[in-house]
Amino acid sequence: MPRQRGGGQGGTARKWAGVQNRTLWFWIFVGPFLLGLGVFTYIPLGWSVYLSFFDAHNTVTPSDFVGLGNYTAMLKNEAFTDSLWTFLVFSLFIVPATYALSLALALMVNRQRRAQAFFRSVFFLPAACSYVVAALIWKMSIFNGVRFGLANTVLGWFGGDQIAWLSTTDPPWYWAVIVTVRLWLQAGFYMVLFLAGLQRISPTLYEAAAVDGARPGWQVFRHITFPQLRATSVAVVLLLVINAFQAFDEFYNLLSDARGYPPYARPPLVYLYYTALGQGQNLGLGSAGAVLLALIIAVVTVGQAKWFGLGRKEAQ
Amino acid sequence: MRDESRVRAGRALRLALLIALALLFLIPFYLLVRNGLAAESDITSPEWTFFPSSLRWGNVRELFADTSVPYARSLLNSALIAVATTLGTLLLASLAGYGLARIPYRHANKVFYAILGTLMVPAAVTFVPSFVLVSSLGWISTLRGLIVPTLFSAFACFVFRQYFLGFPGELEDAARVDGLGYWRTYWRVVVPNSRPVFAAVGTIVFIGAWNSFLWPLVIGQDRNAWTVQVALSSFTTAQVVRLHELFIAAAVSIVPLLVVFLFFQRWIVAGVERSGIDD
Repeated sequence: MPRQRGGGQGGTARKWAGVQNRTLWFWIFVGPFLLGLGVFTYIPLGWSVYLSFFDAHNTVTPSDFVGLGNYTAMLKNEAFTDSLWTFLVFSLFIVPATYALSLALALMVNRQRRAQAFFRSVFFLPAACSYVVAALIWKMSIFNGVRFGLANTVLGWFGGDQIAWLSTTDPPWYWAVIVTVRLWLQAGFYMVLFLAGLQRISPTLYEAAAVDGARPGWQVFRHITFPQLRATSVAVVLLLVINAFQAFDEFYNLLSDARGYPPYARPPLVYLYYTALGQGQNLGLGSAGAVLLALIIAVVTVGQAKWFGLGRKEAQ
Repeated sequence: MRDESRVRAGRALRLALLIALALLFLIPFYLLVRNGLAAESDITSPEWTFFPSSLRWGNVRELFADTSVPYARSLLNSALIAVATTLGTLLLASLAGYGLARIPYRHANKVFYAILGTLMVPAAVTFVPSFVLVSSLGWISTLRGLIVPTLFSAFACFVFRQYFLGFPGELEDAARVDGLGYWRTYWRVVVPNSRPVFAAVGTIVFIGAWNSFLWPLVIGQDRNAWTVQVALSSFTTAQVVRLHELFIAAAVSIVPLLVVFLFFQRWIVAGVERSGIDD
């Protein structure tokens, strides 16, 4: 031992790489991940901001500086602002609907003693299905707007008229198709989050409520269960909004066909996809749109966190 | 007495509702298999029937024999991508999560927030700049381009950090007394005792990688680089569609996931519960 400590190359190296050198070991563990995140998230973001100030058609090293031109063009572009409205309409449907359905499923499954695992699995199972496959089933088998579609067959049983689900904008039946696909795919995942939250509620709270004469059912839900699920609810709504912003797969797969994408129902990502990577590859304009979208998401997320008081829990 | 019968009626009502909802949730899976094993004429028959007139297992053979569609190749690509992404993400994110949670370092919190911040910008928003980067690296239509940029999941890192924060310190102390450094403690003590969280994150990452669509669509421009989702999508938007082939292809594409899913399901649930995502 004394010989090692006395110096010599092996000794110093060992000491240098020993447990004491926490900074070194921290970077050995975290460094590779952070480096990759830097290269594949931070650099693209920075590059995108840079590109957004240039006229960049089909090139990533543009020379034609246009200042805020791309931004003003984007904000004046009706197709882009329409895409933001599309997102707004979509999230106004999907966020409350998914929230309500997943919470209802969790409450029912949680109280179900027999076959609980079965029901949980069935509702969670769609999470293993891709948007591409789900969109295929919805588009070609359930809502295919002709007599042999399941939805129209069922409507027919009740004497209803046939509906061209995806190809009519007035009334906009395509929303029913788009919303139900996402509802089916996502509800089970959020149900699991709620189930986890429900299991953390202390049984003594329910006992106390029973002693106080609260009637099981609505009263207990309103005064105990729902307030106790607050943290879960905040996380669920946050994730739902962020996921809604990312909507691409089902819109693309439900609505586009060999003739291209129809001019209606383009959420921001679909619009950006066609701007940046469609014909013309207008990367400058696409980047400006991506930066605008990122800013909107950041504002919404931070605003929502403030509104719901994320972190207020620690203060209690 | 009246109360008791009401409770019983409520219970029966709930069960009935659950069964009805469960059937509703299962119908799409049924339609997938029904159409996949039916004849084309069954799918487009003007009279919708619950059961197809005959089950045609030959549809599977037909799908793989059809050379106009690179389906087998796309399955192989998806498998390679999903496995590589899962292993790479588990390695990188678990190391980072452990470092953040258990190695005391002055600026650890700042690093953590820098990582967490990227969660706020959904990956999909960065697809334009990421595409730009990957194309300037010359990685378009390569497996590298499909795999490497997706390996750095802030979400996985976050889950591992939360998990390791709650890891019992006594086990590491014992390793330390035995003279193990951080590296060997991690591999010999921490990893073997954390199998459930690795299984949970691994399953979620695998499902995500197998199902991801936008990135493979953007990067896999060459037919040989198509993943199974891109291949399926290109059938649905094609002019001439052979419906039964499309459906059997989609059914085949979810088989690997159902296996993974049913096998690891309890870990997904446990992983979600432990991730602290709703804390």
